[in-house]
Amino acid sequence: MIFKKSTYNLILASIFALLLSACAQKAAKIDSQIQGDVYTGTDTVEYLADGVPDRVFFATNESVLTTASRDTLRKQAAWLRKNSDINVVLEGHADERGTREYNLALGERRANAAKDYLMTYGISENRISVISYGKERPVDSGSNPLAWSKNRRSVTVKAN
Amino acid sequence: MKILKSIILIIFILLPLKLHALIEVDITRGNLNPLPIAVSALYSDKETTENLKKEIKIDQIGDEISKVIENNLKATGLFNPLEKKAFLQKPDVAHLKPRFEDWSLIKAQALITGKVEFKDDKVRVEFRLWDVLAAREMLALAFTTVPNNWRRIGHIISDKIYERLTGEKGYFDTRIIYVSEKGPKTQRVKKLAIMDQDGFNTKYLTLGNELVLTPRFNPTNQMVTYLSYFKNLPRVYLLDIETGIQEVVGDFPGMTFAPRFSPDGKKIIMSFAKDGNSDIYTMNLENRIVERITNHPSIDTSPSYSPDGKFITFNSDRSGYQQIYVMKSDGSKVKRISFGNGLYGTPVWSPRGDLIAFTKLHKGKFYIGVMRTDGTGERLLTENYYQEAPSWSPNGRVLIFYRETKSNSDGEGFSAKLWSIDLTGYNERQVITETDASDPSWSSLLSN
Repeated sequence: MIFKKSTYNLILASIFALLLSACAQKAAKIDSQIQGDVYTGTDTVEYLADGVPDRVFFATNESVLTTASRDTLRKQAAWLRKNSDINVVLEGHADERGTREYNLALGERRANAAKDYLMTYGISENRISVISYGKERPVDSGSNPLAWSKNRRSVTVKAN
Repeated sequence: MKILKSIILIIFILLPLKLHALIEVDITRGNLNPLPIAVSALYSDKETTENLKKEIKIDQIGDEISKVIENNLKATGLFNPLEKKAFLQKPDVAHLKPRFEDWSLIKAQALITGKVEFKDDKVRVEFRLWDVLAAREMLALAFTTVPNNWRRIGHIISDKIYERLTGEKGYFDTRIIYVSEKGPKTQRVKKLAIMDQDGFNTKYLTLGNELVLTPRFNPTNQMVTYLSYFKNLPRVYLLDIETGIQEVVGDFPGMTFAPRFSPDGKKIIMSFAKDGNSDIYTMNLENRIVERITNHPSIDTSPSYSPDGKFITFNSDRSGYQQIYVMKSDGSKVKRISFGNGLYGTPVWSPRGDLIAFTKLHKGKFYIGVMRTDGTGERLLTENYYQEAPSWSPNGRVLIFYRETKSNSDGEGFSAKLWSIDLTGYNERQVITETDASDPSWSSLLSN
């Protein structure tokens, strides 16, 4: 009986430990994907060419480019210089936690932040157009901070 | 839309209205004791009933009109329409001369009776409003129109009753334009839709091929302005809902959005975004002259005129966060008016001129609220996970807005619905639509 009880406790304890580590892993997974409110994961990222990510992410209500975003955009600029026949559309987006009209303006501001950076790296203005979708076209349907961070983005899309 | 044009409304005053103030409904407080009112079915003789049944496929026209009136009055929260089963007097007799004891026995304080006739392809509807306790008539009117307009007759009667009992104009003979939504959150299909204020007669004005947002009525006619992504270029459009003809507003080298009409209906005010900066512009619809109203490196959007056209309220993040501002209509004398905790957006000036309704975001919750035009007297009417974009009823007593629910990563649990709430913060109710819905805009009264 005593033996059985201790086995039972052991099982309980190990289940508990498993649950804890699952929780910790989940938290760690989210932590590793968001830094200071900006998405740093790769779940939704597509590639314009090998090693050239198509999108950059923003903090809530912000249009400031992070170090990682600038790095991505320099790669895009290099790729655009090599492929001078390709034009792009920068699609700016916001998360669902803002009013519709303000988010349209915010998406436009984000896409333009990316456009300005590409232009500083030698890409001609007439190769880049900009469109804002505000909160109208999320990539992640979820109503949670991770989903929102994926949706606050500017995506570079080939126009031709 | 042809119905609107072909409508013939003839109003007869049956009796001179020499009336003292009898029953009164105070609409300035949240009314927790709605006025008990009996809406008798409108009477029609056998021949009329049969003929109208053939003409418009409605079995009991008088009964149906009384239901329209009942629903309207009930939805205000100010009236409590009593069960017809309890009525002791028949509609035809009651309309001639109510036996007031019978109506006060079932606790009715007001009584509506009426009669429907059908002659020369027109219906003639008359009604009377009675004060049961004072045992006298308060109002008697008649309308003549084509049979298909019978719901509108119900709305117009509702407006007359509301006006007589509250002292303010009604808002029942009106329509709501909104965005109908379907499909997954990541690929939402949106169409412009229009319906009567009570949710009937829904019509879809676009096919859903392109994204459409934020339709708004011209307060003076049947024009609508809205944002369309036609050919993937977000632009403000003008749509005549009677003819279906639409056109782009202005020739801007970039996105125009957040349109609204001026109170005289002659201008459109909107935002134009260029190089990451959104400012407010107007375009005169008569001479096509475009004027720039704000010039600031921040986001300036969601403009709305005061009813006298002299001021504009809008939201801007020039302080670092989205806040509400008021300026003169030429863009001068910009003054911030929102100073509470949180973000403030979508200001809309009340048609009465004294209040501005807004959306507020604070600590992860969204609120619909009102404040005076100088920013004092902030009152939050409703709190939820997500809601925004209030639009005023034409009498400035009710706000309609849309509300979204939370969803999981598969988009499950998501919905967008229209809701209305009384200015007092009471009587919050869902406005039923055929599909999910957002961005409602309330029309002016169609008739006066």
